[in-house]
Amino acid sequence: MNNRLTQDRTTVLNAWLFMPSLLSVMLLNAIGGEIIDFDQAISPILSRRCYQCHGPDAQHIKGDLRLDLASAENGPFAQRDGYRIIEAGEPEKSELWLRIVATDPDEQMPPPESKHQPLDERERGLIYRWIQQGAKYQNFWAFETPIKRSLPEVADSDWMEHPIDRWVGHALEQRGMKPSGLADPRSLIRRLSLDLTGLPPSPEEVYQWLEDPSEAGFEDFVDRYLNRPAFGEHMAKYWLDLVRFADTNGLHHDHYRDMTPYRDWVIRSFNDNLPFDAFLSYQLAGDLYPDASTDQLIASGFNRLHLIIDVGTALPEESFTRNVVDRVTAFGTAFLGLTVQCASCHDHKFDPVSTREFYQLFAFFNNFDGQPETGGRSGLDFRRGLQAPYMDLPSPAQRNRLLELDRRLGDLSEAQAAFKATIPEASCVGDQTEQPLSEEQARQNQRLQAMESQIKSLRVARDELMMTVPAAMIMKEREAIRPAHILKRGVYDQYGQEVQRDTPAVLPPLNAATATPSRLDLARWVTRADHPLTARVAVNRFWQQLFGTGLVKTSEDFGLQGERPSHPALLDYLAREFVDSGWDLKRLIKHIVMSRTYRQHSVATLEQRAMDPENRLLARGSRYRMDAEMIRDQIFHVSGLLNHSIGGKSVKPPQPAKLWEIVAMPNSYPRTYQPDEGGKIYRRSLYTFWKRALPPPQMSLFDAPSREACVARRERTNTPLQALLLMNEPEFFKAAAQLANQLVAMEGVDDLGRLSMAHEMVTTQIPSEREITVLVEALHAFRTMYGADPAAARQLADLASGSEILEAPELAAWTMITHSLFNLDTVRYRQ
Amino acid sequence: MKKPSSQLNCDRQSDHPLETFEQLQTRRQFLRRGAMGLGAAVLGNLYLGKLAGTQTPVTHFAPRARRVIFLFMAGAPSQLDLFDYKPDLHRQFNQPLPPSVSKGQRVTAMTRGKEQIVAPSMFSFHQRGRNGIYMSELLPHLSEVVDELCIIKSTHTDAINHDPAKTLFCTGSQIPGKASLGSWLSYGLGSLNQNLPDFMVLNSAFWTGGTGNVQALYSRLWGSGFLPSRHQGVSLQPEGDPVLFLSNPDGVSREVRSKMLDLVSALNQEQLNQLGDPEIQTTIAQQEMAFRMQASVPELTAMDGEPDHVMALYGPEVHKTGSFARNCLLARRMIERDVRFVQLFHRGWDHHVGLPKKLRGQAYDVDQPASALIKDLKLRGLLDETLVVFGGEFGRTTFGQGKIERDQYGRDHHPRCFTTWMAGGGIKGGITYGQTDDFSYNIVENPVHVNDFNATILHQLGIDHERLNFPFQGLDQRLTGVEGASIVHDILA
Repeated sequence: MNNRLTQDRTTVLNAWLFMPSLLSVMLLNAIGGEIIDFDQAISPILSRRCYQCHGPDAQHIKGDLRLDLASAENGPFAQRDGYRIIEAGEPEKSELWLRIVATDPDEQMPPPESKHQPLDERERGLIYRWIQQGAKYQNFWAFETPIKRSLPEVADSDWMEHPIDRWVGHALEQRGMKPSGLADPRSLIRRLSLDLTGLPPSPEEVYQWLEDPSEAGFEDFVDRYLNRPAFGEHMAKYWLDLVRFADTNGLHHDHYRDMTPYRDWVIRSFNDNLPFDAFLSYQLAGDLYPDASTDQLIASGFNRLHLIIDVGTALPEESFTRNVVDRVTAFGTAFLGLTVQCASCHDHKFDPVSTREFYQLFAFFNNFDGQPETGGRSGLDFRRGLQAPYMDLPSPAQRNRLLELDRRLGDLSEAQAAFKATIPEASCVGDQTEQPLSEEQARQNQRLQAMESQIKSLRVARDELMMTVPAAMIMKEREAIRPAHILKRGVYDQYGQEVQRDTPAVLPPLNAATATPSRLDLARWVTRADHPLTARVAVNRFWQQLFGTGLVKTSEDFGLQGERPSHPALLDYLAREFVDSGWDLKRLIKHIVMSRTYRQHSVATLEQRAMDPENRLLARGSRYRMDAEMIRDQIFHVSGLLNHSIGGKSVKPPQPAKLWEIVAMPNSYPRTYQPDEGGKIYRRSLYTFWKRALPPPQMSLFDAPSREACVARRERTNTPLQALLLMNEPEFFKAAAQLANQLVAMEGVDDLGRLSMAHEMVTTQIPSEREITVLVEALHAFRTMYGADPAAARQLADLASGSEILEAPELAAWTMITHSLFNLDTVRYRQ
Repeated sequence: MKKPSSQLNCDRQSDHPLETFEQLQTRRQFLRRGAMGLGAAVLGNLYLGKLAGTQTPVTHFAPRARRVIFLFMAGAPSQLDLFDYKPDLHRQFNQPLPPSVSKGQRVTAMTRGKEQIVAPSMFSFHQRGRNGIYMSELLPHLSEVVDELCIIKSTHTDAINHDPAKTLFCTGSQIPGKASLGSWLSYGLGSLNQNLPDFMVLNSAFWTGGTGNVQALYSRLWGSGFLPSRHQGVSLQPEGDPVLFLSNPDGVSREVRSKMLDLVSALNQEQLNQLGDPEIQTTIAQQEMAFRMQASVPELTAMDGEPDHVMALYGPEVHKTGSFARNCLLARRMIERDVRFVQLFHRGWDHHVGLPKKLRGQAYDVDQPASALIKDLKLRGLLDETLVVFGGEFGRTTFGQGKIERDQYGRDHHPRCFTTWMAGGGIKGGITYGQTDDFSYNIVENPVHVNDFNATILHQLGIDHERLNFPFQGLDQRLTGVEGASIVHDILA
């Protein structure tokens, strides 16, 4: 917007500008007389269409105009040669308005060559009205400390009891919509169990609940599930996506790494209900606490979860920079919900984060006392998937055994040295002399060799033991602080000005106690009670876990390009509650699931679906596809195969052969996938070994991310490859046979009873009469088919252990029934 | 009022569904019609209408190609020994590379600080085709089809190491997490067929030159990044099930499977009637598609129908599953079945030492099959609408690595210039484009960045690369990155 539209150009627009009646009809009808909220309505338009050239990025600003800051010298209200970009109250005199309705390609904004869409009628109408109403700017909502607002009134008294319901009910009333009734008890208990533990309820639990499906009874189940170890595992699953937890390094050779003690700590923290501010702080700076505990050190491994290249091809300085940028990016996404990494090359295009501020954050993370690339391919550390600094975490038994081995090794070495001292030099090297050995010398040699081999075998034993000892890679600061510079265009060796550690100016000040703030100061800053982002971002993700979509849909981005909250006051209410409760996560989750909003049924009328297809207003319960882990765990759980043991090293359930070999480097460690056997196969999915170059297909086919970047929400697709996975995954089939085996072995139950029971075990629901009819019909068909093909029946029956006592065709037919049930939409959808 | 442009800025909920109206006309429709209540029937019709409305591919202008085959040479072949003929370099043998050429530009950790000694190619070049294009003796078969090729000698990239360079070429960014070329096409253009995925990947299971230092592939190279995962490439496995979990387990016949899907469909339909969620209908449709794939994929991979003379065209290796030759033939069969985008990855080009022998082997792997693919497509009248492209992640240095003799040398990574080619799909054949200096070190004319290369591919398919985008992390993400890219108009027919 360098030049103002000249008067004669303006006359071209006269038809528009001086026919207010036409304007009001065409543009303003939809808007109505409401006061336009800058944050909700205008800021998203300006951010999307204008800020790329007229926003915070000072280096790429066009026409010396920034529209994001009302008070800027080159802002919208500045006097420019007798005109202003925005003339408050007078859209027709505002250059902004003239440009967005201009039709001349030279004048039009956004310019056609920008490939930004022109503003549509609704958007133009909003801008018009907003200018007319005085063009009031507001500070961006997400950068202001959340406050609790007084709760609104709701006509429906049922919706007046719970604060969440009052906010949701109020929003519905405003749109003339009504909430739905409560979900039926079976659906509700299934939903709760899946949401809190990632597993469906057992039939016993269902019957207990049905005895007292009251609010108090529900509360009991909430407490019960929150206190189950599976809760921590389920919560950890989401967190591990967010921090890109994996079992390989992700670059070049993509070698093995072991970060599993960190995963165990995450699970433990959720189960122990570690206050969430501590949960965050330990990860950011656990190593910097005075007398840091083992858990705090393990947690600091958050800073080691980034991708890392092995030594040899890249330049170490470049790898170093890459690692630090990756750390800062993770901090931005997981803690702040901001895309700070955009500012690593240039000022952020949309959010007020400058390149300088990015590198001020960078400075907190660049003082790592370790190598920027992983070392050579030999040695115990390499085999253990470790890179210094790390701490060994032996069990008491392992510790004793280690002490014992070390003592024996020490004794032997001493004895060997002592023995060597007693014999003359020459005889030690008997093999190098040409003289035949004396008897004495031969004996001495023999003894030496025996000692040698003893030492050697002790060392081997020690190595073997160490291979089983857990160890955690941790964060550690260098003594002398490494200076940080702005890197021009993000290039590792293009140093700009030196910068000091600090936080972005748009957020509260750091207020560090010392001249050189540390990550611990950063942790204190990010968890301060008035931080505008941390609690909101966290609460929003937990909401997303329970409703499928966050109150802010873009849960990874609370910046200007992110979506505005569907219920801003509710989000702020929850954030405040969370902080005021001492960041008590279990309390927060209980608070949410006790609301009627959460307990609504998810049957949607056509009208509801038409008005709110995504269910953002929550006039009904959410229904969405479950994550890969939940689908897989559920199948093993209902068939009785699931292994409930908690924590430990990652496991390798079978996957199709040669998947790794076809992509891996020949020297990648490990190169071949050696599947585990026995109970390890049926551990919960969050323990599955995660190779970043090729994640387990059972997970990735269902939209699990590769864990190469921080992911705050997964996609939820529905594809034929998923259908094939559920149809043919061998372990799923085995689970079906296992469940069939249990059903057939039951005594005193007829087909109908068994079918009903199978349906209930898999879906928690009693089948309808129609459903039973098709099930019976299918059972007969399968019986006929397998009766005619005993060989095929035997093949299926053999999948179930202990099947030999049963008739193969019968077991095969039932296996197809249970397998069919596993393939139901209900098994994949949480509702 | 200006008409809104047809920007492909779909939100996550409304992008192209795989299934189309026709697809839902399934063998089980009869059954469903019987079971469906009135409400669901209305809903179903609404839903089908929505599907029918989105099935038209969205293009920004008339496409010149409908499909693409990308022959990706992972590890980076030497342009100096295959395409970029530098006859005068022989006079520089064993001489230091003049600093006026290398300009102190960055090299890898492997050759940093080492002397840069020129290693001319030991291979002879001959003029081929109607325009007398120089081709290396290692490529006798491709030389036969040189009149179909547009050889781009001035391709360049930003990254100097394999992993980021491959990620950049395949996804438009060195940083993992972005969507790959094929997934963008699937997202933007939708499906051409109803029985196979839009985007299929074929990795060579073996290669002839250099098995010691072989660079890795990563599923991100054909991943969907921030796009819905239905758009990710489906990698065909050389062993076992070609598509993961394709075949029924032992003891489950196709009849049993069909009966099982009848049951599942009927029960899902009950759910649909109760809940009214159209997603259930998608589940039913995708299970149908899976069932069809159980027939269509084996039909695709069974070579029995290919006549001997066609097999012979692709060379002797075509008889081995997992060979590049076999994969080229499979690619043609996929194209015939209207798979939108097929990407082959052939590894083994990272020739830091012992280049002559290894390169000979690699050329043996790809020369005849790639040439056969072009001939075969042309014979079938498919080359006009199929764009075939060939390239690695970067080039190799004019200075040698390891022992340097006339007939023994290696070469390091070189991002500043390398050779790629395109054929068919509305690209001019029988030309070269772009020039490098006398050392094949810097580009002196018409540089083509890998993002330009990808932008040109999209252009041939009727897509404006700046308008094919997807909102993620606050940006309108696009394949060709934020720095901007240009279409190479000069090579368009």
